Amino acid sequence: MSEKLLVNPIECAGHGACAELLPEMIAMDEWGYPIVDGRPIPPALERDARAAVSACPTLALRLLRS
Amino acid sequence: MLRDVSGINSSTALWYTSRATGVVALLLMTAVVLLGLLVTRQGRLPGLPRFAVTGLHRNLSLIAVVFVALHVLTAVADSYVHIPLTAAVIPLASPYERLWLGLGAVSLDLTIAVVVTSLLRRHLSRRLWRGVHLLAYASWPVAWLHSITSSPDLRHGALFLLAVACALVVVLAVLWRLAAASRDVPRAERVGHLMSALHHPMSALHHHRAPNAPQSRAPERASRL
Amino acid sequence: MTTATHGAPAEDTATSLPRLLPRSGQHPEDWHAHMARHGRLPYRDRPGDLILDLSAAGLTGRGGAAFPAHRKLSAVLDAADKRRRPPVVIANGAESEPASDKDATLLWLAPHLVLDGLQLAAEAVGAEAAILYTHTDRRNDVGRRLGQAIAERVAVGADRVPVQLAEAPPRFLSGQETALVSHLAGGPAIPTFMPPRITERGLAGAPTLVQNAETLAHMALIARHGPRWFRQVGTTAEPGSMLCTIRRADGTPRVAEVPLGMPLRSLIGDLGPDRAVLIGGYHGTWVPAADAMRLTLDNASLAAVGARVGAGILITPPPDRCALTETAAAVRYLALESAGQCGPCLNGLPRIAAALTEIAVGRQRRQTQADLERWAGLVTGRGACHHPDGTARFVRSALITFAAEIELHRRGRCSGTSRKAFLPIPRDSARTEEDWM
Repeated sequence: MSEKLLVNPIECAGHGACAELLPEMIAMDEWGYPIVDGRPIPPALERDARAAVSACPTLALRLLRS
Repeated sequence: MLRDVSGINSSTALWYTSRATGVVALLLMTAVVLLGLLVTRQGRLPGLPRFAVTGLHRNLSLIAVVFVALHVLTAVADSYVHIPLTAAVIPLASPYERLWLGLGAVSLDLTIAVVVTSLLRRHLSRRLWRGVHLLAYASWPVAWLHSITSSPDLRHGALFLLAVACALVVVLAVLWRLAAASRDVPRAERVGHLMSALHHPMSALHHHRAPNAPQSRAPERASRL
Repeated sequence: MTTATHGAPAEDTATSLPRLLPRSGQHPEDWHAHMARHGRLPYRDRPGDLILDLSAAGLTGRGGAAFPAHRKLSAVLDAADKRRRPPVVIANGAESEPASDKDATLLWLAPHLVLDGLQLAAEAVGAEAAILYTHTDRRNDVGRRLGQAIAERVAVGADRVPVQLAEAPPRFLSGQETALVSHLAGGPAIPTFMPPRITERGLAGAPTLVQNAETLAHMALIARHGPRWFRQVGTTAEPGSMLCTIRRADGTPRVAEVPLGMPLRSLIGDLGPDRAVLIGGYHGTWVPAADAMRLTLDNASLAAVGARVGAGILITPPPDRCALTETAAAVRYLALESAGQCGPCLNGLPRIAAALTEIAVGRQRRQTQADLERWAGLVTGRGACHHPDGTARFVRSALITFAAEIELHRRGRCSGTSRKAFLPIPRDSARTEEDWM
C-alpha cells in the first residue's frame, strides 16, 4: 500500500507549511509554491507526510493511494 | 446572587473553578480567533515556522474546548445554583440567569459545529466546511457577551480591562482582515496586474534587477478560510 | 465486421477525400444534401456495437489530445452504469485556438455530420441530454444556422436526444474540458482540478463525455461505413483523415481534409532552409523547414522533432516576418489567457512573456535565456490544466528554432522587414470576471 502526494494547484495558496514539514519530498519554487515529489512515499517519511497534509490550511495537499 | 464567601466548601471551589476556567476559555478563544485571522492572510508569527500558525490555531482551539467543558461541568456540578447540564447546549434551558447562560449555550453550539466539521474536514465539501467555519465569527462575540453578562468578575477591575482588551483586539483584527481582503486582486485581474507590473521595458534596463527578485510578488491566491 | 448500412449512396467514398467536408466547395450541406450524400443516421439500438467499431477503427480525438474515442465512451458508459446516473454528452466546437478554423468550418459546412455523431455518442453511453458548445462570434450566422439545423432534425424526428446550443466565451481556455463544464454549470470558463475526471463526475455531477466536433463527425461516418472503411486512409497506427488549418505565407488560411501520414511538404509547400513551420498552434512546436520537409503528418513522424499533430494547425510565416517577434506576441496573449488560479502559471507565464519580449526588442540580459528555461521547467506539469505546459513547449521550441535570430536581436538587428502581424492574435484580453462567463 504505497501512497503518493498530490497537490491541488487551484486550492494551493503557497502557504508553505508542507515544505517545512516534509523538505525531503516538497521543495518551494521561487514564488513560494510547492514542487512535490510524486514518487511513492518511503515508509520512514509517512508520518511527516501525514503531518504535512494535515498542516495545509487549504487542504490542497492530499495523499493518494496507488 | 448572594454569596457567602467566608466558608470554603466544595461548592464554592467548584463555582470559583467555573469562573476561572471561563476566563481562561475566553482568552483562549480570543487567541484562536486571532490566529484564525492570521491563517487566512497567510501571516506568520515572528520567529516561528509557517506551520506554527495553523498548528497553534488548531491546538489552542482544542485546549479552549477543554476549558469550556471544565467551565460548564463545574458550573453544573456546583450545587448552590441549579443549572441543568442541558443548559450547556440548549439556550434558555436554565432557570438560573436564563438569558446570559443562554448566550453561553449558543456560543458553545456554534463552537461544537466548527470543531466537529474541522475534525471531519477531509470528508466534507469545502463549501460546507467553510460555511460552518464562518460561524466562528458569531460564536466569539456571543461568548464574549455571555462572559460579560454572566460574570460580575468581568465587570470590574483588571478583568474588565482584560475583557475590553480582548474585544478591542478582535474587532481591530477583523477590520484589518477585511481591509486586506478588499485590496486582494480578483482572480480575473491577477494576470493583468502582474503583466502590467512586468512590462515596463525601461525598468529592466535601469534597475539591473535579477528578473526573479520578488520586487512585485505576484498576488498569491488568497486563502478562502 | 459491420457493413455500410441504411441506404448509403452507391458512390465509392472509400479512399476519396473529402469525407467530412462537402465535395462541392464551400456550400453548407443542409438536411437534404446531407441525407442525399450520407443517408440516414444509423442508430445501433445496441450501443456497445458502436464502441467496438470505434475501437476497431482506431479513431482518436481530433481536438488535439488524440485520446482514443472508444476509451472515452467506455469510461463514461462504465461510470454511468456504476453510479446509475444518465450521462451528458457535449460536442466541443469551441475551437478556442485562434489559429484554428477547422471546427468552425465543419460546423458551417457539415453541421449534420456533427449532430449525427452527437446522437450516436449519446446512444452509445445512454445519455438523455446533449449539448453543442460553440463559439459563434467567428461567423455571424453560425449560431442561427446551427439552431436551424437542430430544429430541422427535430421536425423530421431524426434526433432521439434533445440538443441544446451553448455559447463558449472567447477565451483560450474555453475548450478545455473542465473549463467547458464549469461554464455550462453557470460559472466562469476556468479549469477545475481532476480527480475526479469528468468522465466520472462532470456536469451536474453526471458522467460527462466531451468530444471534439470533428471526432463526432468521423463517428457518424464510421457508423455508416464501418471501421475498415475508416482505415482505408491514414497510417496503420494513426488511421483516418483529419481536418487541418493551413496558414501559408501567401494567402488566407484554408481548411483541408487530409489523410494522416501525408507528407508535410504537400501541405505547406517546399520551403527554403531559412524558414520555419509552427506545428500544432500556440501549444505546438516551431520546426525548422529543413526538418519539416522530411516529416509526415502523424505523431510517429513528428515525435522525432518533439512535435505533435494536435488539432492539425500548420503555419508558415513569410520570410519577411520575424517569427521570434510574432512568438513573443503570441506568448503575451497566452499569458493573459491564464485563468490565474494556479501559482506557477500565474507567476510563470507573465514572466516568460516579459522575458521573450525583452529578447524580441533586443533588451535581453545575460540571464534572460537561462531564466526562460528555468521558468518553462517550473510551470510545466504544475497547473490544473495543460495551458502552462503547452506554452512552455511553444516557447522552448522557439528558443531552439530561432537561436540564430535571437543572437541577431541581441546585437540589435532583426531579419524581419515587415511589421505586419502574421500569427492571428485576438486583441481583446480578459479584464474582468465577466469576460470569462
